[in-house]
Amino acid sequence: MKILTVNFLTCAVKACKTSSLSFPLHFKDAELEQSDIEYNASFLRNILPRIDWEAFKITANELGFTTVPSEKPTISAPTTDLSTPDIVNTTSHTEVSHDKVMRDLHTLLLETEVREGKMVCGNCGHEYRIKEGIANFLLPSHLG
Amino acid sequence: MSRPEDTLPPDLFYNDSESRKYTTSSRIQNVQVEMTNRALELLSLPSPSLVLDIGCGSGLSGEILSSVPPSDGGPHIWVGMDISASMLDIALQRDVEGDLLLADIGQGVPFRAGTFDAAISISAVQWLCNAESSDTSPQARLTRFFNGLYASLRRGGKAVCQFYPKNEAQRDMVSAAAIKAGFGAGLLEDGAATKNAKVYLVLSVGGGAIEGVVE
Ligand SMILES: [Zn+2]
Repeated sequence: MKILTVNFLTCAVKACKTSSLSFPLHFKDAELEQSDIEYNASFLRNILPRIDWEAFKITANELGFTTVPSEKPTISAPTTDLSTPDIVNTTSHTEVSHDKVMRDLHTLLLETEVREGKMVCGNCGHEYRIKEGIANFLLPSHLG
Repeated sequence: MSRPEDTLPPDLFYNDSESRKYTTSSRIQNVQVEMTNRALELLSLPSPSLVLDIGCGSGLSGEILSSVPPSDGGPHIWVGMDISASMLDIALQRDVEGDLLLADIGQGVPFRAGTFDAAISISAVQWLCNAESSDTSPQARLTRFFNGLYASLRRGGKAVCQFYPKNEAQRDMVSAAAIKAGFGAGLLEDGAATKNAKVYLVLSVGGGAIEGVVE
């Protein structure tokens, strides 16, 4: 389960739909794994406006990542083509650091996965097991 | 041949040996690849997107989503939902890139509003039409699913669900549930009136005509 996905998952229990406590789900006993996914700047630019930054900070903190910027990075227009030597030479400091911020985000959102553990709803307390990276969202019929 | 959804609910039908049969049969795989490509064509995603795969099974469609080249607007990042643990187990073994959720789409779509750019579903939605217990009905399950799907897509988002309706009444019941949830909907039938006919329910959030679909 990627941290990206966790930023969009809510409790599946019907009664929790309207509760602000049901998002984000909270981690318990999480085991992490790094995977390799090719850096995709245009995907990041697409998804960044939809990331709930406060929830992301909560999740990152629960998983032991303390370097998440306090504010969501702003998206720069897709202008710099780094393959052109000219542009590389004139790339400013802020662009370089912006690129670093985006690459760190890529690593945390897309390449960091929870392999084992539980996600717990802050409203109803339901625990969603994660086994081998697969989250179990099947609800017993009285909750579904 | 009896239809699998008439005999058992999907989590029981796709036990380990059925799941393996499903993913190793090259004929079924080819058909699935073909339908996934058709669905992608109907979605026409212009840039790398976050996509929900409903009834992702062993991840065949997902692998296609992950490998769409940048020149065709990819690659896409996807999350798959499936009710069959043994199907998802095969997806694990195949080391697919997307995230996998063991979940019953008849219980809804557990994502916050506006999560996905698009959704794709290959040969899954007809399963909603068999209610396997007394405390739920096909109608209720279809409603939960389409309401959940509608909410989970962003404004302007699209979904393409290929499915195998048992008859016209079932086809209409599925389409009606989608429209009632708020979708703009069109039905597309490839190979109409042949035994290889494929039905695609093409859905959009936030109005506008759907290109290439004649109602
Ligand atoms: Zn809950």
